[in-house]
Amino acid sequence: MSERRKTPPGDAGVRVRNVQAGDLEAVIAIDAEVTRLRKPDYWAEIHRRYGSGRRQQRFFLVAEAGDGIAGYVIGEVRDWEFGSPRCGWVFAISVRPGARLAGVGSRLLEAICAGFRGLGVTKVRTLLARDNHLVLSFFRSQGMMAAPFIPLELDLGQA
Amino acid sequence: MKLQKNTLYALYGILDSASRPDEQMPTGEIAKTYGVSPHHLAKVLRALVRAGLVESVRGVGGGYRFTGNARRLTLLEVIELFERVGAGDHGVPARRRGRRAEVERALGTVFAEIDEMSRATLRSISIATMLKLIERQRPA
Repeated sequence: MSERRKTPPGDAGVRVRNVQAGDLEAVIAIDAEVTRLRKPDYWAEIHRRYGSGRRQQRFFLVAEAGDGIAGYVIGEVRDWEFGSPRCGWVFAISVRPGARLAGVGSRLLEAICAGFRGLGVTKVRTLLARDNHLVLSFFRSQGMMAAPFIPLELDLGQA
Repeated sequence: MKLQKNTLYALYGILDSASRPDEQMPTGEIAKTYGVSPHHLAKVLRALVRAGLVESVRGVGGGYRFTGNARRLTLLEVIELFERVGAGDHGVPARRRGRRAEVERALGTVFAEIDEMSRATLRSISIATMLKLIERQRPA
């Protein structure tokens, strides 16, 4: 029997707000559905650092659509990282597969960019694997272009 | 990176027709817009028909109409209908030894890195994204 998928809600039905402790299970479930890995400890730590208390430069937002959480975005303003003047960094964005193609990701990105702008930031950056075609295409569709940085890595081998 | 003429013409055809998906674009009109040979362009457009990206509508007011999915079709997919991106073989034959092999192996590593970046960039940009980019860069 095939799983009955909910019709993706229209863009108008999406509400973006700050994460609440009660949203964490839904966030963990979205991440697990996308990455096939449940990471409750990781998410509890992310919530502690980005989603609770007064975190003026940090954002952990969720999108409500239909009857639940459809996606989330996390980021922060960082000063002089990699020699760059103050800019916003998006380090996680995800939309539940059944809620895609309804503008949820765009609304989340718009909301976090509005938050960055409110802090006087005029540039937003992100970093992702070059074989992550889906999310790369999403960011490109939002107008993002290659940044003037090249990520590098070094294999350290065994200690 | 320099594209072959066929590839460039295909991108002209795809981007032009995708910008007006409800219209049939006559070959002559597209050729005039881009200042290219209509005969050469017609040959390229026929290849795009065979690939299922445009359809040919015959008769008065006929022309080519975009039939692909602009949000899904990427620059890489269009380009690779005509040429390989990053097709260079940067490997060094196993029998080669000595200084030449060492230098070629190291150069191959760098060129393979460039190829991977080129492919990832072209794969991440859809035709719809390109149309937005053209719009954004249009002089006010």
